[in-house]
Amino acid sequence: MTVSVETRNLSISFGHGPNALKVLPDVSFSVAPGECFGLVGESGSGKSTVLRCISMLTDFWKGDVLINGRSVRDIPLIERCRILQMVFQDPYGSLHPRQSVRTVLSEPLRIHKLDDREDRMHKALSDVGLPLSFLDRFPHQLSGGQRQRVAIARALILEPSLLLLDEPTSALDVSVQAEVLNLLQRLRDEHGFTYIMVTHDLAVVDHMCDRFAVMLRGEITEILPREAISGAQATHPYSRELIGASLEYEGHV
Amino acid sequence: MNRPILDVKNLHIRYGGASTDAVRGVSFTLGRERLGIVGESGSGKSTVGRALLRLLPSARISADTMRFEDIDLLSLTEKQMLAVRGRRMSMILQDPKFSLNPIRKVGDQVAETYLRHFKCSRQEARDKAIAMLGAVKINDPDRVFEQYPHEISGGMGQRVMIAMMLLADPDVVIADEPTSALDVTVRLQVLNILDNLVRDRGIGLIMISHDLNLVRNFCDRVLIMYAGRVVETLAARDLDKAQHPYTRGLLAAQPRIGGARAPLAVLDRRPEWLEEVSR
Ligand SMILES: Nc1ncnc2c1ncn2[C@@H]1O[C@H](COP(=O)(O)OP(=O)(O)OP(=O)(O)O)[C@@H](O)[C@H]1O
Ligand SMILES: Nc1ncnc2c1ncn2[C@@H]1O[C@H](COP(=O)(O)OP(=O)(O)OP(=O)(O)O)[C@@H](O)[C@H]1O
Ligand SMILES: [Mg+2]
Ligand SMILES: [Mg+2]
Repeated sequence: MTVSVETRNLSISFGHGPNALKVLPDVSFSVAPGECFGLVGESGSGKSTVLRCISMLTDFWKGDVLINGRSVRDIPLIERCRILQMVFQDPYGSLHPRQSVRTVLSEPLRIHKLDDREDRMHKALSDVGLPLSFLDRFPHQLSGGQRQRVAIARALILEPSLLLLDEPTSALDVSVQAEVLNLLQRLRDEHGFTYIMVTHDLAVVDHMCDRFAVMLRGEITEILPREAISGAQATHPYSRELIGASLEYEGHV
Repeated sequence: MNRPILDVKNLHIRYGGASTDAVRGVSFTLGRERLGIVGESGSGKSTVGRALLRLLPSARISADTMRFEDIDLLSLTEKQMLAVRGRRMSMILQDPKFSLNPIRKVGDQVAETYLRHFKCSRQEARDKAIAMLGAVKINDPDRVFEQYPHEISGGMGQRVMIAMMLLADPDVVIADEPTSALDVTVRLQVLNILDNLVRDRGIGLIMISHDLNLVRNFCDRVLIMYAGRVVETLAARDLDKAQHPYTRGLLAAQPRIGGARAPLAVLDRRPEWLEEVSR
């Protein structure tokens, strides 16, 4: 299955009364089936919050999130897990400290009553470049990048149609990043998976995404085609600054 | 260069229960400079950093030399280590949110770093903490001071760790992926702060990073690690002239703005890389 995502007038505040902070005032964007959509922008601007709202990890938002035209609020949890999965920015926080890699990967298979568990687990691990011997390790016995790869394997094991990826490769060395990005690209070609990907690396956006949104203080300043990066075609001053700084950082200037 | 601040020779580290060493004979020195460490995921970069601060209770550490200024880090008692760790030698850990106490306000934890190392009132420590959160470009530091770790963003967490390190005013900083969650604009500002510490205060800085652009532009020298060893040492500006096939493979695997969208080059990891030593 391949799915579209439509986010309309998404808004959320944290806290109450005078201390309430409106983190997202009004965010709208749509992602076509099989598209890879990037979210970039200022640290603290609300990118992870957008993903958490779409995935219903945070559910007290206002507005609409439609997946293939159906409100995400109307999709029961068990079905939602098969449709969408999230890879978190912070792999340590997202893996249970007392669960072995085997448990992390086999639990979803058990809950969703999938067979060939052992084969699926082996495939998921080898897809992210980890040896099978890691099945018996615990999170604290893994390096930062190994933990992130376990988190990616866990998200992929249910073969969801929509992946919400929060900085999926920033903890990986570029050679492992290349393997993971190639894998994501291949899954998209083969199955039409849809991705929303948060990253600070505009080279990754240029490589992976069709379009991307630039966020600043909870708002989308503009949505641009990926060509806008190498062509420095943004119009909003913040997007221009960000793209300019990235080109310079990469040594294009 | 004067006598190095850190001198490490033939460092071996084995985790409890493991059948092989995670770090196998690593040697390097650190002067008043910015030393990058790049390397494979799982190659032992964070392990080396944690061993220097003796943060690996379950691991066996051996070395011919592990010296920080006049201190032999291997023979220090835990009590003596407490006077070094954090205050004179500080590490910015790779997982900021894991390193923070989840049930205490971010600001209190930052202020406490200052209280722990310097004599002052609580109010003074609070003021210092808020000023430092502002210095690392956190918008609205008064608000962030009152927040809990799960309420701050990934990049704010990294900057909180940097603020804590800055308050302790150490002589050596080991920064483990300190800026990976920061947008490029803020990243450059934070790197500038670290740069000033090396220039003005003469600290030694170890930068563990997967970001080849960062290492190339920001560091003086770079060590390349693979499977627990240093396989190559280069002047950072010569990174593109690296000889080792692992390093060359890294450079080829990097996506570039305006690059082709063909699959990225992947490494063909050779078994003989495991046994090579630094040239
Ligand atoms: N549970 C919460 N309670 C209070 N404030 C929150 C909560 N979650 C997020 N925020 C605030 O919302 C803002 C946006 O956070 P978010 O994590 O979405 O940023 P981000 O764009 O992902 O940043 P980064 O690139 O640094 O990860 C921040 O100011 C953060 O402090
Ligand atoms: N507590 C532990 N017990 C056993 N093995 C461990 C433990 N901690 C780490 N390791 C292993 O030691 C090796 C080195 O880990 P380390 O965290 O130093 O890697 P790293 O170079 O920092 O990688 P990354 O870039 O992914 O963070 C890895 O293979 C890891 O799986
Ligand atoms: Mg985030
Ligand atoms: Mg590490």
